[in-house]
Amino acid sequence: MKNNWPLWEVFVRSKNGLEHRHFGSIHAADAEMALENARDVYTRRNEGVSIWVVESKHITASNPENSGELFEPAQDKIYRHPTFYTLPDEVKHM
Amino acid sequence: MSEKEIKNHGAEHSLSLEEIFEQRIARDEKIEPKDWMPEKYRKTHIRQISQHAHSEIVGMLPEGNWITRAPSLRRKVALLAKVQDEAGHGLYLYSACETLGISREELYEQLHTGKAKYSSIFNYPTVTWADMGAIGWLVDGAAIINQVPLCSTSYGPYARAMIRVCKEESFHQRQGYEIMITLANGSPEQKEMAQDALNRWWWPSLMMFGPTDAESVHTAQSMKWKLKRKTNDELRQQFIDQTVPQAELIGLTIPDPDLKWNEEKKGYDFGKIDWDEFWQVVKGHGPCNKERMTARVNAWEKGEWVRNAAMAYAKKQEDKKLKKAI
Ligand SMILES: [Fe+2]
Ligand SMILES: [Fe+2]
Repeated sequence: MKNNWPLWEVFVRSKNGLEHRHFGSIHAADAEMALENARDVYTRRNEGVSIWVVESKHITASNPENSGELFEPAQDKIYRHPTFYTLPDEVKHM
Repeated sequence: MSEKEIKNHGAEHSLSLEEIFEQRIARDEKIEPKDWMPEKYRKTHIRQISQHAHSEIVGMLPEGNWITRAPSLRRKVALLAKVQDEAGHGLYLYSACETLGISREELYEQLHTGKAKYSSIFNYPTVTWADMGAIGWLVDGAAIINQVPLCSTSYGPYARAMIRVCKEESFHQRQGYEIMITLANGSPEQKEMAQDALNRWWWPSLMMFGPTDAESVHTAQSMKWKLKRKTNDELRQQFIDQTVPQAELIGLTIPDPDLKWNEEKKGYDFGKIDWDEFWQVVKGHGPCNKERMTARVNAWEKGEWVRNAAMAYAKKQEDKKLKKAI
């Protein structure tokens, strides 16, 4: 009988104040086991204070081949950056 | 536009996917799992990363042999933690390898059927406690030299896994060397045991860097993809030059009568490596090849009911949750 444990993605917050970051993946039968396995595999030396696991199949990723269309709209919007605006040199604290 | 400019302009537009890909690597950009990559890049990486993962996992066996017989609690917790790290290394690497579109099951299958290789060093037996010292000192020491350049390899998931691996290796080597120091400073029998372990592990450790550059088939391609930064012979020389003084420091002798400092090249000259032995072990005729594979296959097959039970339990819990919700 083929009964393979599904793949989970592991995200670890290394300390409070920082975001969770992708660390790698792990196989486990369920979420609880995924957490325990992630603890043993990715945080053996206090690398984290919090772990998220999510089954890999639930992640939708953008396709790098479409990166052009996807990110291009932001490229010509230079007015979103402070340097777009010209101010006299005398203005301070801005 | 001059004729030459037009030509260049035209060439720029006809860059193939593969050329663009190679340029990205040359610019030190990382390749990530969903990026386009040549089939050869994918295959080579699956081969190398899986071989690396298998080595970490099989590498647990020779040392696991001594956990219950460690001479003190201090040594026992250290060895246990070291072997657990190796399991972790295997898992980081399997997970990196799976991003290339191969399943864990296929990877195990390749190992168990002998289609995939693992480092030959783990086909030697661990006959005394001093072997735990020699392995940490020499085998992990050689592994570190092989692995450090991989922290900046071109495939993102592999590079990230290697950074984590390298951070953990240093303790492995130090705990091994500490065992050797203690034995070398112990009774004559203990010192003899340390020397014997060095005698047996020295040459196989030198073989860990692979065939000589003249015999090595993959080097050029591997350099381009940053799977390699230095050649096998360069890495081997680096290992010898840094290890000889460590042996001298604790009064042990490197088992090579031809070993001699060469002032001109600022490195040691050393004796001939028995490559016949190396190829024999690679081909499966080492002292422990059969034993190692039997242990792996048994662990996998005899663990099947546990894996199935865990899945059945997970499903039952899920059904219960659903029922409660209704
Ligand atoms: Fe390792
Ligand atoms: Fe190690």
